[in-house]
Amino acid sequence: MLNLAHLSKVYADGTRALSDINLAVRESEIVGLIGGSGCGKTTLLRLIAGLDTASQGQISLDGEIITEPHPAIGIVFQEPRLLPWLTVSDNVAFGLDQVAPAERAARVAHALDKIGLAEHATRWPRDLSGGQQQRVAIARVFVANPKVLLLDEPFSALDAFTRASLHEHLLGLWEETRPTVVLVTHDVQEAVTLADRAIVMQPKPGRIFDELPLGIARPRDRSSLPFESAVRRVMGALDHSLNTVQTSPQRERDREAAGLWW
Amino acid sequence: MTGKAERQAWSSVEEAAALAAPPPAGKQRPFEWRVLLGFLLPVIVALAWEAAVHFGFAQGRLVPPPSRIFATLSALAATGELWTHVSATLWRVLVGFVLGASAGIVLGALSGSSETTRRLLDPTLQALRAIPSIAWVPLFILWLGIFEASKVALIAIGVFFPVYLGITGAILSVDRKLVEVGRVFRLSRLKMARRILLPAVLPEALIALRSGLGLGFMFVVAAEIMGASEGLGYLLVDGQQMGRPDHILAAIIAFAILGKLADSLLVGATKPLVRWQDTARGTL
Ligand SMILES: Nc1ncnc2c1ncn2[C@@H]1O[C@H](COP(=O)(O)OP(=O)(O)O)[C@@H](O)[C@H]1O
Ligand SMILES: [Mg+2]
Repeated sequence: MLNLAHLSKVYADGTRALSDINLAVRESEIVGLIGGSGCGKTTLLRLIAGLDTASQGQISLDGEIITEPHPAIGIVFQEPRLLPWLTVSDNVAFGLDQVAPAERAARVAHALDKIGLAEHATRWPRDLSGGQQQRVAIARVFVANPKVLLLDEPFSALDAFTRASLHEHLLGLWEETRPTVVLVTHDVQEAVTLADRAIVMQPKPGRIFDELPLGIARPRDRSSLPFESAVRRVMGALDHSLNTVQTSPQRERDREAAGLWW
Repeated sequence: MTGKAERQAWSSVEEAAALAAPPPAGKQRPFEWRVLLGFLLPVIVALAWEAAVHFGFAQGRLVPPPSRIFATLSALAATGELWTHVSATLWRVLVGFVLGASAGIVLGALSGSSETTRRLLDPTLQALRAIPSIAWVPLFILWLGIFEASKVALIAIGVFFPVYLGITGAILSVDRKLVEVGRVFRLSRLKMARRILLPAVLPEALIALRSGLGLGFMFVVAAEIMGASEGLGYLLVDGQQMGRPDHILAAIIAFAILGKLADSLLVGATKPLVRWQDTARGTL
């Protein structure tokens, strides 16, 4: 179980990015974090990934306190961040240098097959489209078999069709080892498509506004009634989160800016 | 709705992208005839001058026609004199380049990878860089004598600064986001250097080495003009003193060819290391 207790983050310049975050994520649960920009979503994932340290509170994975990158925790950033000097398959193999070559090759081949890029194995990243690059980035964390997978708006730069196909690829890989997933998104449809629970965040300081269990059977049909009602509920909570911020001229401007993204 | 059609369109876009990708290395690309356009101007000028001298419109005493320059070159080559000069010059450039580039790489790496060493080293090196390198020559001659050591030292100084600056800059501009990928996969310091920093720095480092090599050739001329008994720079001075512009031009042409060859050699030798980069690099 991934547990966040009283987590706060104040950056060196005084920005209060997160304030008293409490969250428990069950094993194999997929949690969708939703909120406008500046809610501290990226900050939260970076803390869990051990890339940054909390100002207060703690993060634990099965009782073990996380303060630095952990082998059981993988992250996919908003950009693919592939290493341009490695071929697609070498990029996927990047985290596997402790694994015996034969097994490494087998795992990489399997992952590439799963994400539909087997025939691109020997290409350079620059020869791939954005969606293909992001698939490689996803394969790169999956081959390391993480228990916790952090995804920071991994599909936000892609068009709707590419995104839909990536959702399928992601779920396909997830089915194999069923890691715990924390998915940051600003797309309500995406959250409802993938997550078991939606968490709505609010900015300044970043905090959890609401949690909504989604409880829709998989595979999910985007046109089914439960799906549509879940989308409406999350939208409602999001609206509410924007409207409950105390109003002041500055707040008002922030709210407008936050409203732009959807 | 239109979902199916658009999905199809999307998949064909991906295929189109795949088709547009450059062909795998080793395949022959069609010859670019427009490259030859660049030769047009010098060839016309050379022919025009040759004709002007041939038909008596000009004497060609101060500016000898191409045919006379090549005759001089082949005469120098035939007596073996040319090789004496070429090998003397090349040897100086090589030793100076190796010394200057090594120092530049080591100090550049130190200064690029640690804030403390940068604050310690960089101001001094920047101050030294402000001194025109040739100004060191009298001092080098006092310290190291008039023979090889002082010449090599001057060349090494010339090579050092672009390499130092290039390496420092390359390390400082390594994408922090890629370093973070290394952190997430918990690379040790050594592995981080080998698997992320080194490959990331390589392209810029090679450019720095190339400009270092270029300056090496520039400074070997200066060093040899200021006093040498052999070398292409000596040939220049000798040509001036003997009133032989054809010797001077022959030496200049030899310098141009050597410089270009050395640069191509460096590019060719390092090409496998940066194969992942755009193929445009070869034509830089
Ligand atoms: N390294 C940093 N230093 C200072 N402030 C930061 C830093 N990173 C993020 N912030 C600030 O923290 C807040 C939350 O940022 P972030 O976690 O990126 O939000 P989100 O991902 O939800 O858009 C923002 O106000 C942002 O400007
Ligand atoms: Mg973010």
